[in-house]
Amino acid sequence: MKETETIQIVRKETATTERISGSEAVIKCLLAEGVDILYGYPGGAIMPVYDELYKYQDKIHHVLTRHEQGATHAAQGYARISGKVGVAIATSGPGATNLITGIADAQIDSTPMVCITGQVGSQLLGSDAFQETDIVGISTPVTKWNHQITKASEIPEVLAKAFYIAKSGRPGPVLIDITKDAQFEEFDFKYEKCKGIRSYKPVPETDKNSLKAAAELINKAKKPLIIWGQGIILSEAEEAFKAVIEKAGIPAAWTILGVSAIPTSHPLNVGMVGMHGNYAPNVLTNECDVLIAIGMRFDDRVTGNLESYAKQAKVIHFEIDPAEIDKNVKTDVAVLGDAKSSLKALLPLLNANSHNDWHHKFKALYEIEFEKVIKNDLHPTKESLTMGEVLKEINIHTKGEAAIVSDVGQHQMVACRYANFNTTKSNITSGGLGTMGFALPAAIGAKMAAPEREVVMIAGDGGYQMTIQELGTIFQQKVPVKIVVLNNEFLGMVRQWQQLFFDKRYASTEMVNPDFVAIAKGYHIDAKKVTKREDLKNAVKEMIDCKGPYFLEVRVEKEGNVFPMIPTGASVSDIRLE
Amino acid sequence: MSTEKNIYTVTIYTENNIGLLNRISAIFQRRHINIESINSSVSEIENVSKWTLVVKLHVDSMKRIIGQIEKQVEVIKAYYHTDEETIYQESCLFKIKSDLLFDERQIQNIIKESNARIVTVNKVFFVLEKSGRKEEIELLYRELSVFGIMQFTRSGRVAVTKNEMKISTMLKA
Repeated sequence: MKETETIQIVRKETATTERISGSEAVIKCLLAEGVDILYGYPGGAIMPVYDELYKYQDKIHHVLTRHEQGATHAAQGYARISGKVGVAIATSGPGATNLITGIADAQIDSTPMVCITGQVGSQLLGSDAFQETDIVGISTPVTKWNHQITKASEIPEVLAKAFYIAKSGRPGPVLIDITKDAQFEEFDFKYEKCKGIRSYKPVPETDKNSLKAAAELINKAKKPLIIWGQGIILSEAEEAFKAVIEKAGIPAAWTILGVSAIPTSHPLNVGMVGMHGNYAPNVLTNECDVLIAIGMRFDDRVTGNLESYAKQAKVIHFEIDPAEIDKNVKTDVAVLGDAKSSLKALLPLLNANSHNDWHHKFKALYEIEFEKVIKNDLHPTKESLTMGEVLKEINIHTKGEAAIVSDVGQHQMVACRYANFNTTKSNITSGGLGTMGFALPAAIGAKMAAPEREVVMIAGDGGYQMTIQELGTIFQQKVPVKIVVLNNEFLGMVRQWQQLFFDKRYASTEMVNPDFVAIAKGYHIDAKKVTKREDLKNAVKEMIDCKGPYFLEVRVEKEGNVFPMIPTGASVSDIRLE
Repeated sequence: MSTEKNIYTVTIYTENNIGLLNRISAIFQRRHINIESINSSVSEIENVSKWTLVVKLHVDSMKRIIGQIEKQVEVIKAYYHTDEETIYQESCLFKIKSDLLFDERQIQNIIKESNARIVTVNKVFFVLEKSGRKEEIELLYRELSVFGIMQFTRSGRVAVTKNEMKISTMLKA
């Protein structure tokens, strides 16, 4: 009798905890954070966690990519389309170092991601053990936060912090390194979500006076221009943003990561700013009287030469990250805080306006760009196919409903310029880091996160071959992504620069390519190659109609250039149309 | 924009965690900025570390870097101050042959005048400690180096500010 009593008491005390291994705890933490899919690659130091993934495979789906870099980009694609935290997992040493490019990409593009790496046993740390590398040291400059776990008991709290930090405030990547002995060690598991960290303030308070000052400037402005960035998408401020621009009648331009926050067809959308952006918003950046930046960071590819950037304008900066204020462009009014709540608070302070004359200027400059650039891109009269007309066909067949995952280079600029978007979180591309090889694995993650969406990946022949092995992942997981390779047999953007600034010395930019169709078919993916204009329409239709994954290679003009272009060091208003 | 570089004392209050030194120093390294001196210790608040760095920078760069430092999850607060806004000291140790103490009378005068303190003496060497501003320490170094110095070491700057730093109230909030 007494014995049972004791047992009952013990059971009561441990009702909220259970004794499990560190590796099982990792899985339970992931489940508690709502993770149902993760991307990775097994190896020695992470095997205990993989053993648990095997046991929990009905609850959590592990996607074996063909390279750890692919795992990070897939996790990024997953995060970018869903707004949730993407998770990648790898072993120690080379497994961990292979994550670095994706982590750096997520850091500069503010993508929420948690990476878990195995590490050699804690007793071996620092001994140059097999597959030991200081991944915490290596990843420090490219992570929002990182931490090494050497005791199983640390796992719940550290992983809870990891997810909280990755997602809150300005999102970013977090890396957690777990020694093998901590994975094996048993402890009393209990999970509590992280609700706050005393040294970390994810969202700064919005100062009412700065909001008022911003509203005053906007209300007085005759020629206001908004440039919005990914901040609108990350804070899910799309509706609040639309309400603000519609009430105040302000032309709104976007950065490469901001596009899709409002539909492309929105009448106040005046296009992309920056190096290969549209003519009107770039030129008029240097004519506006109030420049309103929202959730963007004045990247050098957006501003061109800072010495001659919007010097005539009062600058208002809505931003969640205080370190971005005055980093590149001095602001007159800084409104710190989350874009959604700031814009909601701004709306009632704004006067209704239409700025018709100002809008006409944008239209007039658009006409010039259309005549000189857009017409030739979308309705070419020359024989060879252009990248722009491929995008036009994709727009027609997807009706602007697709998520476009682009790689890096000429095709990326063309995709961002010409793709139509009806829904937010639909332009997935490597903006800040410019990571070639991003698109194919990112498309896998995007499609798996949003299986109901059409996901079209667009890459050049260069970047495609940087992560081409992920075709294996697509085949094994049966991921119905549409893969478009715009093949010009060149590293096109570098070649364009060589043509314009290096006297056509095409140093190592010409590619001798394999039979891409045969490679896709080797992975049992339906594939087609198009070389003539008359075949393009049907090929794109066939691709979009296909239920499974599909590969389409389009041979495009070999030496086509992307215009408009702001040459490096030039002012935004000196943008070239040819 | 001003192009003049100033000496700034950077004070950082942080959690006491492994790897934070790497994270903070990387912010400077990435921008090709040399850290003139660095000191990390406990602060007036329990479980909070206080770092004191000295850097030479333009004021605009200084502000931007403070932003980058404060952005780190485990940093509670970072400040920068000019020399006029702080009370600061460095400390140094000289190891000198004991014979010189008796053979070179001048040394005793130097020790007295500089307010240096003899920490220990044995048959072979004696150790001199001096706290003060960098210039005072450099002067003492120059004076003693004539006689020969066996070993010399100088600490990083430690500093307190003339104005209040409201860390404790921030942590309570």
